[in-house]
Amino acid sequence: MAAEKQQVTEVDRSLYDFVKSEEGYERLDAGLTPDIVREISAKKDEPQWMLDLRLKSLEIYHSLPIPDWGPSIEGLDMDHIVTYVKPPTEQKSDWESVPDDIKDTFERLGIPQAERAYLAGVGAQYDSELVYHNIQESASKQGVVYSGIEEALHGPYEELIHDHFMQLITPQDHKFAALHGAVWSGGSFVYVPKGVHMEFPLQSYFRLNAKGAGQFEHTLIIVEDGADLHFIEGCSAPKYNVANLHAGAVELFVGKNAHMRYSTIENWSKNMYNLNTKRAIVDDGGTIEWVSGSFGSHVGYLYPMSILNGADSTCEFTGVTFSGATQNLDTGCKVVLNAPRTSARIDTKGISKAGGIQTFRSSVLVTEKAEDSDVYVSCANLMLDDESRSDTIPAMDVRAKNCNVGHEASIGRIGDDMMFYLMSRGISEDEASTMIVNGFANPVSKELPLEYAVEMNNLIKLEMEGMEGAIG
Amino acid sequence: MEEALLSVQGVCASAGEKPILHGIDLAIGKGETHVLMGPNGAGKSTLGQVIMGNPTYTMTEGAIVLEGKDISEENAAERSRDGLFLSFQAPVEVPGVPLQSFLRAIVAQHPELNLKGKRFKKRIAEILEQLNMSADYLDRELNVGFSGGEKKKIEMLQLLLLKPKLAILDETDSGLDVDALNVVSKAIAAYRAENDGTILLITHNTRILEHLSVDRTHVMVKGHLVAEGDASLIGDIDQHGFEQFGVAEDIEGNKISHALDEDEAPAFDAEAALAHAEAAVKAAEAK
Repeated sequence: MAAEKQQVTEVDRSLYDFVKSEEGYERLDAGLTPDIVREISAKKDEPQWMLDLRLKSLEIYHSLPIPDWGPSIEGLDMDHIVTYVKPPTEQKSDWESVPDDIKDTFERLGIPQAERAYLAGVGAQYDSELVYHNIQESASKQGVVYSGIEEALHGPYEELIHDHFMQLITPQDHKFAALHGAVWSGGSFVYVPKGVHMEFPLQSYFRLNAKGAGQFEHTLIIVEDGADLHFIEGCSAPKYNVANLHAGAVELFVGKNAHMRYSTIENWSKNMYNLNTKRAIVDDGGTIEWVSGSFGSHVGYLYPMSILNGADSTCEFTGVTFSGATQNLDTGCKVVLNAPRTSARIDTKGISKAGGIQTFRSSVLVTEKAEDSDVYVSCANLMLDDESRSDTIPAMDVRAKNCNVGHEASIGRIGDDMMFYLMSRGISEDEASTMIVNGFANPVSKELPLEYAVEMNNLIKLEMEGMEGAIG
Repeated sequence: MEEALLSVQGVCASAGEKPILHGIDLAIGKGETHVLMGPNGAGKSTLGQVIMGNPTYTMTEGAIVLEGKDISEENAAERSRDGLFLSFQAPVEVPGVPLQSFLRAIVAQHPELNLKGKRFKKRIAEILEQLNMSADYLDRELNVGFSGGEKKKIEMLQLLLLKPKLAILDETDSGLDVDALNVVSKAIAAYRAENDGTILLITHNTRILEHLSVDRTHVMVKGHLVAEGDASLIGDIDQHGFEQFGVAEDIEGNKISHALDEDEAPAFDAEAALAHAEAAVKAAEAK
């Protein structure tokens, strides 16, 4: 097809791309100093151990180098990122009390509607603080705790948080984990007691409205033995012409024979540097399932890690990454199999379009302890045009006996035969390519609750708009 | 003569640099059934693809006219909406797209069918029954892992659903077992009976033609239409293959062995061998 037809128009992102005024917001000075860190901690009236952790993290941050692999983060000027922006409200547990501007934002994103329809609890963060947190009575009666993490620090769970907070992801991990430790703010604490099966998912939604700011929320989830939880995380931001930064942390503790699913639809705007860290540790017979859709961000580094520390524990990772114009998304996952008869199954799809760069990066370590374990890694990539790029960087280190290890990778394009077949039945070129891409991502969307699967399909449709003439 | 429903006028087409079709003229009247035959590699399927608008082929000359409208510049989707249909020789697998969603999507492109909501479900159920297929297929991914016969049935499902003005059936009958062939034949008959359907059937198989009354037969050799006749031409080709058109192939595309000529003749000379044998026998008797 003629080269001049390969034009891709800017997609309509008005659904996510709207800005609210920042009047009345508290905004700390940009930059990273011990004084800023002390100020954040003081505002939150934190226990001393937390301030100590923050200050230690800041030191580590300054001592660690910027990663020398992966996409460039040169556009990110840390001296100009505002680490803390507090909306002019306290956390509420009914939407009516949330300020109109902010309520309107979440309504446009469909959060209160979703809560009414099928969620057991919702947390909504706006810039640096939670503005809404609520859990259904039926869940709290079973002893389930779902609250803002700061709130939990002032209650009976302080010790539990102390024992888990940044124990799985330590500040020494990498520069942005250290940054997170120093300036984290907001996020959720979830505690599901022994044997409790949550019938409906919990959802936290993170919205970053403030220009040139960072969001550093911390999600800490403890699922006790035999319990079951599905947690959904969503995120979005309007687009600015300066860099925004997201360096959140997610720490998941999955008990014996417990089951946890962590689903994410990430749709940050395309000026976002998404340097997020997620990690789970799983005890005997437990299961962690990750379902991950990455659509937004200018640059992304995202490799949720599962540590299978108990015998017979399992991990399933299902992910899709869509890299469009101006995007360089480096995604994948890490698994450590560290006990006998553990198993990990990784299935990812990458799509790149209009000059987008998409890299699948995985690391699998099977330690000496993990005899009789199974690992299977599969990644398939679809490039929608000649300007886009797809790379696959899988790493495996197997040190145990009697393990089954499999790996499969493919990179392809939308087949002309597929396009012609669909079009010969009346489907337009645009719609045919969207249908093929949606079908390609289907293994992920079918793992999501219906409403999120629809959102994901809509995001793909948004990304595919303006493809007319770009394929074939 | 009444204006043809479809007329292919002096069409030349190539794949890349390679010319395949050389000045094809073909006119099909409404409600007629035409059969296109020819040896392997003659360009029959290419003609079907070019009529449907496959961009893999470049139409270098000529025009394709449907109901008096020149559709040569239209893409395949537009041609479908105009009422053309091509049943693929090898229907394509589309992973992750459930058959049901696909059918809904194609019906949405043909609003004249007026098949929304309940009417869609009802019509699909009717057709599935007609094709002797279970509703379980609707949840499966489009053509993925389907057998050859199942794929052809899915093509027939779409034919009956879309009710096109003209259907090109490319080897719809090839590779089917007797049961599947029966189902497909019935579907084609239903398409004709219910919609006064017009058909261009590309085939190697005369068995399917037992169920269909054929109006015209065309023979294509090396990208040219070399003969045209009524249904009797089929019987003729069935018996003698394509020899009369200079190709040593029978109707199913097998090489005709007795046509092997001098340069391919066996080195073994039967008459000489017989003479030698007789001589040997005589010599033995003499002893």
